[in-house]
Amino acid sequence: MSTAVRDGLLLEGVRRLGAVVIFLVQLLMQCVPALARPRLIVHQVYNAGARSLIIIMLSGLFVGMVLGLQGYDLLQRFGSVEALGIAAALGLLKELAPVITALLFAGRAGTALTSEIGLMRATDQLTAMEIMAVDPLRYVAAPRFLGGVIAMPLLTAIFSIVGLYGAQLIGVQLMGVDRGVFWSQMQGAVDLHSVYEGLMKSVVFGIACSLIAVHEGYHAEPTAAGVGLATTRTVVASSVLTLLLDYVLTAAFL
Amino acid sequence: MPSLAALASRVTSPDPAQATAATADAVVEVRDVHYAIAGRPIFAGLDLAVRRGRITAIMGPSGTGKTTLLKLITAQIAADRGQLRVFGQDLAALGGGEIYALRRRMGMLFQNGALLTDLDVFENVAFPVREHSDLPEALVRTLVLTKLQAVGLRGAAELMPAELSGGMGRRVALARAIVMDPEVLIYDEPFVGLDPISLGVIQRLIKHMNDALGITSIVVSHDVQELAAIADDSYLLSGGRIAAAGTPLQLRESDSPAVRQFMTGSPDGPVPFHYPAPDYAAQLLAAEER
Repeated sequence: MSTAVRDGLLLEGVRRLGAVVIFLVQLLMQCVPALARPRLIVHQVYNAGARSLIIIMLSGLFVGMVLGLQGYDLLQRFGSVEALGIAAALGLLKELAPVITALLFAGRAGTALTSEIGLMRATDQLTAMEIMAVDPLRYVAAPRFLGGVIAMPLLTAIFSIVGLYGAQLIGVQLMGVDRGVFWSQMQGAVDLHSVYEGLMKSVVFGIACSLIAVHEGYHAEPTAAGVGLATTRTVVASSVLTLLLDYVLTAAFL
Repeated sequence: MPSLAALASRVTSPDPAQATAATADAVVEVRDVHYAIAGRPIFAGLDLAVRRGRITAIMGPSGTGKTTLLKLITAQIAADRGQLRVFGQDLAALGGGEIYALRRRMGMLFQNGALLTDLDVFENVAFPVREHSDLPEALVRTLVLTKLQAVGLRGAAELMPAELSGGMGRRVALARAIVMDPEVLIYDEPFVGLDPISLGVIQRLIKHMNDALGITSIVVSHDVQELAAIADDSYLLSGGRIAAAGTPLQLRESDSPAVRQFMTGSPDGPVPFHYPAPDYAAQLLAAEER
């Protein structure tokens, strides 16, 4: 790679990042007046949250079941299957629930947000709002952003709970780990700090994924191909950023 | 090949006396505006004035920047050079808040209606009212139903935009555009893709809104016949400037070949049928060799 090309790419990267940051600042400024319309935000929490419930719960159940199976297999080699509850709870709360929820959110709710806003752009709805002296950032973007930010921690919590049930289903019901030991060990080892770590992660992921989804939709090329491309970019960027941020946050919490 | 603008300017130039009269009660004034997209000039010295209470038609072949002109007038984009005054205010000097205040005095009808797809017809028309005022619900209802009645769609209040035909969607958008009682109403290609009945309805509504409500109307279109029937003034855009100005009748009787070609719709003339290309025979022979 020549220096010129590398510099060009670097410049483009910085420019994009700058554009997203400026967009975030504008968006946050519009979030305050957007709070005056709670109905719009509740509607978006429903859209991004409630409508993602089935996929989140199903995935949570299966991830928990896998965790129960793998954990049991590993722990029984050391004769410490009692620790299954701890392993499942810490793995889910701190890592798997926030990350997998964010990845699923990007695929389910993020794409829906991007394509919806992109199509609103393509069909002049956003321009029409501007002409009607209504800021589309406040009416369209901010409630969707806030809806995503609120929905993500809730979805993560539900993922954790269903996941724990899944781990318990396999570990206790199928493999025969003692029920009392499973729960009491978990209760003893999991402190509020672990819950807090998972919660913080889910809030950060919620901000990142919602921001990307809204930004991509808002700036999508107003054509069929443009909206498609923006939707793809939402999934790719959200997923990569989620995993990157996960490492950063994990390191910060250790 | 001489450009349409060059040909036209030789024959028609707006009468200076008329131009002065026009600026006196002008709602929109465009003076020597230059605008380029990615280095390609769209406007090079555009001059026009929209007079209060009249229907002004802005015509021109596709790609002459008619929609760009509307974006300039509504301050969605800024001119590279020249002056744009709306309601006597210089757009270049206005900040974000002042532009929004200015836009509240305008209504715009988009080519595809641009109705908000997640709201029904009633809520679409009510949208600007709810956003800009705290009127009691009963008053909003009366206001919206009155406007829907004016466009003949009071019965469709419960429908969603996806359930409307093209003509109905445009009428709802028109009701929405007039719900805040704007002083200026801008129509972007209002006749495109409509059946003859819907077209007649829209045409009559534009005239009616103008006469009954005293709204100044700007209609951007390339449908010459439909416009000629309702417009008081018309401008023909070409090559980045005004190629001809006058009443529709004056334009139709213009002896400029370029203006006549557009007004009568002949496929070939100063605006050639063929996009510039290398010699036909030579290109065909070259293709065989390949």
